[in-house]
Amino acid sequence: MNLGSVTLANPVMTASGCGGTGRELADFDALDAVGAFVTRSITLDPRPGSLPPRVVETPSGLVHTIGLQNPGLDQFLTRELPWLAARRTRTFVSVAGSTLGEYADLGRRLGRSPGVTGIEVNLSEPGDLGLFDTREPFQAARVVQAVRRDLPPGLPVIAKLAPDPTRIVETARAIAEAGADAVVLGNAAPALMPDGRPAGLSGPAIRPLALRCVHDVHAELPDLPLIGTGGITTADDARAFLAAGAFAVQIGTALLHDPTTAARIAAELQGEPT
Amino acid sequence: MSSARDPLHVNGEVLVVKKIGAYRHLTIAASGIAERYRPGTFVAVSIGDLTPRTHLARRSFWITGVRPTGSHGPTIELVVEPRGVGSTWLADRRQGDHLELTGPLGRPFALPKEPVSCLLVGEGYAAGALFPLAERLRARSCTVTMLLGAPDEVHLLGALDARRAARAVSVVTGDGSVGRRGDIAGALPEVMDGIEVVYATGSHGALHAVAAAAEQHGAWSQVAVETPQACGTGLCQGCPLPVVGEDGVARVVRACAEGPVIRGDRVRWADLGVS
Ligand SMILES: Cc1cc2nc3c(=O)[nH]c(=O)nc-3n(C[C@H](O)[C@H](O)[C@H](O)COP(=O)(O)OP(=O)(O)OC[C@H]3O[C@@H](n4cnc5c(N)ncnc54)[C@H](O)[C@@H]3O)c2cc1C
Ligand SMILES: Cc1cc2nc3c(=O)[nH]c(=O)nc-3n(C[C@H](O)[C@H](O)[C@H](O)COP(=O)(O)O)c2cc1C
Ligand code: FES
Repeated sequence: MNLGSVTLANPVMTASGCGGTGRELADFDALDAVGAFVTRSITLDPRPGSLPPRVVETPSGLVHTIGLQNPGLDQFLTRELPWLAARRTRTFVSVAGSTLGEYADLGRRLGRSPGVTGIEVNLSEPGDLGLFDTREPFQAARVVQAVRRDLPPGLPVIAKLAPDPTRIVETARAIAEAGADAVVLGNAAPALMPDGRPAGLSGPAIRPLALRCVHDVHAELPDLPLIGTGGITTADDARAFLAAGAFAVQIGTALLHDPTTAARIAAELQGEPT
Repeated sequence: MSSARDPLHVNGEVLVVKKIGAYRHLTIAASGIAERYRPGTFVAVSIGDLTPRTHLARRSFWITGVRPTGSHGPTIELVVEPRGVGSTWLADRRQGDHLELTGPLGRPFALPKEPVSCLLVGEGYAAGALFPLAERLRARSCTVTMLLGAPDEVHLLGALDARRAARAVSVVTGDGSVGRRGDIAGALPEVMDGIEVVYATGSHGALHAVAAAAEQHGAWSQVAVETPQACGTGLCQGCPLPVVGEDGVARVVRACAEGPVIRGDRVRWADLGVS
């Protein structure tokens, strides 16, 4: 399983924000078995996150507003990355920023940190989090360029888009031209908390939406490597994404329900031709 | 490799369901969890049908007792108050039903190294988490006093067990149906004399009162905080707990992973559960 110059042991990754710091999955012997671990989105400065309630259940899904709580790049580099590096975990660091300069800084500093397998660019958080607005495809492309700018050439950049089929092909094309090695389709779908705060919807409820995005982009851009994510809870769900044109998958919400899900799906898919 | 203290994700079997007042008491065969248990830890339970999975959030419950050996192997006990969808589903389980459980989760109560004088304060179903703690404290030659509270008799848990577990027991109920009429905050001043460590479970109001009383009397407090949790395993950051760190800096930690048991003087009570 190749991604740029990187080889992954299998096509199953954890999804950003659903795998903790990695240690929590390791407690269940469920980290080493995945092809790659993706961190929660890291910003340059620490973020305290949203007020509670942060996660509510909805039929076959979760509506959530975590507000990108994270310790900031410095703390991440000193307190979390070294543990992952020592364990030789294939680690993609998810990044989010409010300016192109921040994205470039994140890319430069992560690019020279031992233990970083690649960067995942979170292009899908809505503008209300104060992040750089990437809803226009050319803006999304500028972010990918910024992250790429000072990154060692061998290090893969994957870019993650919200599962909105409307302009998905256009955006995927723009970020691929800007230097993304693969595109993650999708993210949480835009939703609303019961109390009216903007939020994301994840879980099996959005699976058909994410599948549609993978299908549409693969039909137009068959050579672009795609990573499918959205509501995968079983090996059969993962196979559906692979059949639609993805070469790998990410598991999010299902990990919150059963921390061993990704490891189990990886084991089930192992040995099958992809 | 995970260690003998790490939590497990297991398929458990319901062995016994008993009604206790407003609660259901479940005994569950859960190999691995019972052996790893330390007082103050909890399990996350999957609810509803699992094929396909439609309820994606998990539900957290205190482990209120364990038997590492028995004719059905290791068992754990839970006390469930049926309220919303998930707790009602769990309370309706029958003997022989299977459950997906993860545990034991969270930071346990810190046990004293010296034989000290302890007060255990429990409110409602959460008092259940205190009985295995009392046992371990007595094994360390600590003196155990208990204060139990509830709105009324059907929500009062363990008043009889407490007489065996503790040297002295006080009971308060909101309607005065058992013990004295009143609440935990009101009853605390009378039971704090000579207490060196207070352990508490219950509502945020009760825990806050315990933390304040402990500080006033120069005692340590260890409180077990319940906040809404989506995973219980530290993966989602859905359970923010506002604290002041050892370094004096205010931060937000995960109640399920850095808690649920935490020193009472570390919690920023005014910021807790604000939305
Ligand atoms: C560490 C811990 C230990 C607990 N121990 C017990 C126990 O021993 N006995 C018992 O009866 N209850 C206990 N609770 C509370 C119990 O988890 C909630 O009552 C239950 O999750 C509510 O789920 P529901 O589906 O019935 O309600 P709903 O309101 O339908 O819940 C929907 C969602 O909100 C979350 N949620 C809502 N209220 C709470 C709450 N107060 N705490 C946690 N999550 C919440 C649920 O996880 C679920 O995701 C404990 C909670 C925690 C955090
Ligand atoms: C609690 C939670 C937190 C998340 N945090 C992030 C995040 O920090 N960055 C990000 O790019 N995606 C985040 N996501 C989105 C997931 O990574 C995933 O793309 C999405 O939930 C769809 O997959 P799923 O249905 O398997 O969860 C989060 C999702 C959840 C449920
Ligand atoms: S409930 Fe998910 S991190 Fe605590």
